[in-house]
Amino acid sequence: MYVNGVTLRNRGLPDSHRIGVYRQTGGYGALAKVLQGPMSPDQIISEMKLSALRGRGGAGFPTGLKWSFMPKGVAGTKYLLCNADEGEPGTCKDRDIMRYEPHRLIEGMIIGAYAMGARSGYIYIRGEFVEPIRTVEAAIDEAYAAGLLGERILGTDFSFDLAVHRGAGAYICGEETALMESLEGKKGQPRFKPPFPASYGLYGQPTTINNVETFASVPDIVLHGGEWFLKLGKPNNGGTKIFSVTGHVRNPGNFEVPMGTPFRDLLGMAGGLHPGRRLKAVIPGGTSTAMVAGDAMMELAMDYDSISKAGSALGAGSVIVIDDSVCIVRVVERIARFYMHESCGQCTPCREGMGWLWRVLHRIENGQGREPDLDLLQNVGSRIEGRTICALADGGVAPVVSSLRLFPEEYEHHIRQGSCLVTDSRSVA
Amino acid sequence: MLSEASLAEIARERAKYPPERARSALLAALRIAQAEHGYLPETLVEYVAGLLELPAIQAFEVATFYSMYDLRPVGKYKFCVCGSVSCFLNGSDGILAHLQERLGVGLGETTPDGLFTIAEVECLGACKDAPVMQLGDRYVETLTPESLDVLIGQLRGGRDDVR
Repeated sequence: MYVNGVTLRNRGLPDSHRIGVYRQTGGYGALAKVLQGPMSPDQIISEMKLSALRGRGGAGFPTGLKWSFMPKGVAGTKYLLCNADEGEPGTCKDRDIMRYEPHRLIEGMIIGAYAMGARSGYIYIRGEFVEPIRTVEAAIDEAYAAGLLGERILGTDFSFDLAVHRGAGAYICGEETALMESLEGKKGQPRFKPPFPASYGLYGQPTTINNVETFASVPDIVLHGGEWFLKLGKPNNGGTKIFSVTGHVRNPGNFEVPMGTPFRDLLGMAGGLHPGRRLKAVIPGGTSTAMVAGDAMMELAMDYDSISKAGSALGAGSVIVIDDSVCIVRVVERIARFYMHESCGQCTPCREGMGWLWRVLHRIENGQGREPDLDLLQNVGSRIEGRTICALADGGVAPVVSSLRLFPEEYEHHIRQGSCLVTDSRSVA
Repeated sequence: MLSEASLAEIARERAKYPPERARSALLAALRIAQAEHGYLPETLVEYVAGLLELPAIQAFEVATFYSMYDLRPVGKYKFCVCGSVSCFLNGSDGILAHLQERLGVGLGETTPDGLFTIAEVECLGACKDAPVMQLGDRYVETLTPESLDVLIGQLRGGRDDVR
């Protein structure tokens, strides 16, 4: 199996973040192929389409298609942005790419800029990631010094400037238009779409934005061809993908494996469950995706289409493992708190609804729930979904509604007995 | 209100953006101002706005929207413990309880000697290293009550490079 072979290939090497190590392992070879080969922008985009690389930030939109939306021959600067505002609970992969493989990200961005005619780019990194920020900034300096960024890259007439923009603490800035607002120095509140970023993005100019892992996948696709990448994975689900496996596992970590890898194998890589524990539930793609029952999860493959068929989503590949030691109501109450805290306040159903969900869950968890509360949660959830500008609120509803469907007995026990089914069964045993 | 070094750093941030887009440097300018003063009093927010020739309201909007800006004084060391789901599943509640007991202050409070503030924050994006906290420029990972006691002892002894 092709494990840790694309975006995290050099993670185990000393000084893997330095340009020298990256170059010794073939780094910037794809850029040379593009500029000196030369490959035309259209050729690059068609390889990207062939690769079936889908956006690694969570939405899974085909990258080649997104790149083809950038208009040609428009006046003014076109921008290329990297979304490194990693903050969805369960997601911790982009941080490792930036710490260990910053040049792979930078090379992917330079190639993307050439393919789309972007003259200027920013990597928007969440403000808490100070160490990754310094690593990426040092790598950008190395790339400028080597003539790989700036004016007339590698002696051609292609120029591209790149800088880091630091966030300041707000999950919502991972939403692409909120990120652009934040880059413009404003509150991170999502814009209504359309217009989409390809026509009206940063500073109102044509803009493309991709996730860190997406860009870091580009050099190998260009070097080995779209077909090579596609065949690492499955049709429509090309390549490898980093899965962050966290929660109740013995060896949490980032595992870059082919799309379509059985969940069972992935769980094994993460050391499996703690001794004596049973798998209760898995959140396969970060907290904004629906919970899947443990038994069902054991039969699933990790790719966009398989997880989607099971009623959830692959998201950013953020696999949160939950065993039978914890009460689902408590877990979901904690997840709901996140969305309440992170709602930007712009749309009423989200600003009010996220707090409403949390307060009802909080009282159920604390033994003060009432019989109608379960219907109330469903009702509030259904009145939020699809009624907001961005997807944050839908993401906040998903864990609530899915856990109600999968574990009604835990909620009912809390309401009827005023206590927790998990703790009660433990004391009986 | 800011040192030459801070002003130079803000100028470097300003240069990252097109000349007519000073507002883009606002997040950075507020961060740099806070780093020098420890927090952002109103007068400092107004000063930063003036520096970038922006209306003060634009700086206040940003200073109050993002979680990393402190509008009130905090301790020299601010323990920002993640309480989101993966850290929660790995005992973040116990870590926060231990910190409060050990330091004798509650969430959001600062020790009387001005050294420590305890805060619970949402996902830090380091879920595989749970439970985790942000401490200034770095993350401290796989926290245990024992590792926190060692850390607190070292910070009290004037060292701040401990992992």
